[in-house]
Amino acid sequence: MNKLTTKNITVFYDGSKVIDDISIELRQGEIVSILGVSGVGKTTLFNVISGLVMPDGGTVELDGKNITGTTGNVSYMLQKDLLLPYKTIIDNVSLPLIIRGEKKSKAKEYTARYFEEFGLSGTENKYPKQLSGGMRQRAALLRTYLFSNQVALLDEPFSALDNITKGNMHQWYLQVMEQIKLSTFLITHDIDEAILLSDRIYIIAGKPGKITEEIVIDERKPRHKDFIVSENFMNYKKHIIKSLE
Amino acid sequence: MKKKLQNIINKISPYFAIVVILTIWQLLSSTGVVPKYMLPSPIDVVMAFINDFPLLMEHAQATLTEAFLGLTIGTALGFVIAVLMDRFNFFYKSVYPIMVMTQTVPTVAIAPLLVLWLGYGILPKITLIVITTFFPIAVSLLEGFKSADTDAINLLKAMGANRLQCFIHIKLPSALNQFFSGLRISVSYSVVGAVVSEWLGGFTGLGVYMTRVRKSYSFDKMFAVIFFISAISLILMFAVSFLKKASMPWENTKKENY
Ligand SMILES: Nc1ncnc2c1ncn2[C@@H]1O[C@H](COP(=O)(O)OP(=O)(O)OP(=O)(O)O)[C@@H](O)[C@H]1O
Ligand SMILES: [Mg+2]
Repeated sequence: MNKLTTKNITVFYDGSKVIDDISIELRQGEIVSILGVSGVGKTTLFNVISGLVMPDGGTVELDGKNITGTTGNVSYMLQKDLLLPYKTIIDNVSLPLIIRGEKKSKAKEYTARYFEEFGLSGTENKYPKQLSGGMRQRAALLRTYLFSNQVALLDEPFSALDNITKGNMHQWYLQVMEQIKLSTFLITHDIDEAILLSDRIYIIAGKPGKITEEIVIDERKPRHKDFIVSENFMNYKKHIIKSLE
Repeated sequence: MKKKLQNIINKISPYFAIVVILTIWQLLSSTGVVPKYMLPSPIDVVMAFINDFPLLMEHAQATLTEAFLGLTIGTALGFVIAVLMDRFNFFYKSVYPIMVMTQTVPTVAIAPLLVLWLGYGILPKITLIVITTFFPIAVSLLEGFKSADTDAINLLKAMGANRLQCFIHIKLPSALNQFFSGLRISVSYSVVGAVVSEWLGGFTGLGVYMTRVRKSYSFDKMFAVIFFISAISLILMFAVSFLKKASMPWENTKKENY
């Protein structure tokens, strides 16, 4: 059964249609990318799935249950890392548990266990601005994971990073994903990133944004670093570039 | 080297200016260019301060009590008004203009009225201080609340946070900086407000002391109390800066290699 499904999502902003009839699905443990140019409505789609925006048409279902327009069901990492500058890293990361009503000390105790696994040891009591971009992103990912270990929506999580850091983060991310079975929707406009990380890719294009194609990346996981220079990879890339035109 | 020297000059120049002014003042007064009974010399002023020190302390206590009470109530009121204006647009639309209008009325003009209404006790004084101090707090807090990152609020909402949680975790901390700017202003207003209100009546307070020494033409004491009042304001403003630093530790951190 699908973990998460959207059915015929349509959104209007100020009378004009932004996304049109979007039906996509996410299965248990999958990483599925949503790939499209700027302004096509990717963030809007995530705002609908997370419950922040009520769609003008269509429904969102989690484990078969209608969750359209309700928040607090799936974790959402917004386009900016949004670590709160006035909270320490551990306070930032514990936030989802505290919002859920957990006691602060309990939440921090629970959170602290994950710092090692996310490569964040030693940053607990630092403030976000003391961390590098890569570390901040890890912290934001950990916060996202701690909110819900079921479904995560990641809106361009790596786009602010330089290429080398980004490459390292991809490797790290794939490793972590091997251990924590999170089902993930990932927004990106980086084609390489989409192919490298995804089980499937949805191409979103047009005005209003529609799903124009679904591509299955048939490469065994865990994926080797060399995958991105393989012929297979190049073929996927050629195909995607063509369909984005 | 040159930079270092420049730095030192920058640091000592304000003190240097003060010393120059004091010297000129002392000379003007001791050479008799300005008659001594009109302009006492700095040394006279210091002597007056020392001689009347116990009395000044007693009056200062009364003034500070009023200032403190007024400021506390004013801050609380400013906070409540800011929260309501932030939360309810109609409240903002209706109350904000009136609030601005109240601030155009000079303090000295309403003080006598307050005395007529509320008598010579502490009540009119505190009322006056509340009227002058709530405004900077309300305005700065409101601005701070409005400056909160909407995406951060969305993030919390997506986590299922309610309005109160968004307020506590996002809006309130986002407004801290602005709040302290407002508090700095209100703190000095509270001291001035207390003194002005004491001019109009009452039995203790630095304002009362001021009225008395004015009536006896004791210019040296007059100067002493004026400087004393500004010193109090300065110290309180430093205290606010300190409080700000203590409650915003993230402002003072440096980037590290992580
Ligand atoms: N709150 C809003 N009100 C009105 N229009 C909006 C709003 N949010 C987004 N839009 C418009 O909807 C369209 C889609 O925006 P969206 O942010 O979803 O695009 P995106 O695919 O995420 O782009 P990017 O890759 O740049 O993040 C854009 O034309 C944008 O201007
Ligand atoms: Mg976007």
